[in-house]
Amino acid sequence: MAEANVVLNNAMEGTSREQELIARVQGGENELFYELVRPYERRVYAAALAILRHEADAEEVAQEAVLKALRGIRQFRAEARFSTWLIQITVNEALMRRRRERSGMMEGIDDQRDEDGQYTRRDFADWREIPSEALERKEVRQKLARALASLDRKYREVFVLRDMEQLNIQETAEALGISVASVKTRLLRARLMLRDLLAGGWEQGWFSRLPFEKGTKPW
Amino acid sequence: MVNEKPANCELVWREISNYLEGEVDAGLRTAMDEHFRTCARCRSVLEGTRNVMQLYGDERMIEAPSGYGRRLERRLAQNLRGPSRSWSAWSAWLVPLAALLLITGGVRIASSRTVAHPLLSEHAQPAHGIPSDLVVVVSADAKEFHVRGCEFIHNKEKERTLTAKEAVEQGYVPCVRCMRKYLQTASAGHTALELEAASQLDIEDVGLGGGE
Repeated sequence: MAEANVVLNNAMEGTSREQELIARVQGGENELFYELVRPYERRVYAAALAILRHEADAEEVAQEAVLKALRGIRQFRAEARFSTWLIQITVNEALMRRRRERSGMMEGIDDQRDEDGQYTRRDFADWREIPSEALERKEVRQKLARALASLDRKYREVFVLRDMEQLNIQETAEALGISVASVKTRLLRARLMLRDLLAGGWEQGWFSRLPFEKGTKPW
Repeated sequence: MVNEKPANCELVWREISNYLEGEVDAGLRTAMDEHFRTCARCRSVLEGTRNVMQLYGDERMIEAPSGYGRRLERRLAQNLRGPSRSWSAWSAWLVPLAALLLITGGVRIASSRTVAHPLLSEHAQPAHGIPSDLVVVVSADAKEFHVRGCEFIHNKEKERTLTAKEAVEQGYVPCVRCMRKYLQTASAGHTALELEAASQLDIEDVGLGGGE
């Protein structure tokens, strides 16, 4: 109970500090902006990477997004979460970058395909829980990241924004410019596909045989 | 409206995500709970999907390249120091500015003490005068490091970002093409820009903060 109170107090202190920083930056103290952004800087990068799938581009877009957020800080309204606002700016920057760099013809056609909400039946492998302590191991994180990167982009983007960036369904839909129904359908598929990928890998023993043998391809 | 139909596997798979989000009505939840009690396969799907959400929702899954936070902070600082310049002009000039710095100054980072690996290319010259925290890119199976955007980067799909210091320490050698290109740009009358760039960026041999 006491521990829970400490966590709650820390969270409240963090929130009020954030509100103070926002007010001061809006008042012209721009040099404080990095302190405001710092807790979310990795999330900004991860959002950009989910869309661009290219490390160097993602970092560049992350920087551009943060600069854009600084320029627009006066438009930020206290009723929104700062982190969500920042991630939405990042997603927008990344989507613009992608549109600029690709013709968009093929992707446009792909995007117009509707999800029907069905999930292809397949024989599910047994699932053995991967404990969260396993995330301490870089190899495990890399395997999970590789599974995520293998998803089709429309599933990956929704999954990253909802399950990693913790945007809600509505915010995810707005950030990506798609319907709430599409978010739900893509999220369902993304989660099931990842589950399948990881269960399959598990069956091949990727997790229990660390460190990995060179050339082993669990998925 | 309460859904009281018994749940079959197909329905369970379709709704499992909503179930985990707490977005199914009470009747459907009861039906699904009942189904999970009797269907080991769907129970396995439920547990696996929940586990996936927990794992990927963990902060540790969100990683950024080494030095990313420092570079972001520096970029912000640079912009704060140059308020009279328009933002778009800044972003357009940053890559060439960084490239100019490759040539115009900085610290030597390829001393024999700091190079941890032999040069990957025995025909190349080691790097000189490159700011240690300059962002560069390397790609799989290649020997050179490049300024971002260099057209001579091979295997761009497998590109990764690191600092010049890290690249040198790992034995990568500088791409003479992208540097030569910027050298020509510099000699074509950009002295003022060059001086401004040097004043905007701290040129120092900073340590590598690994845990960002």
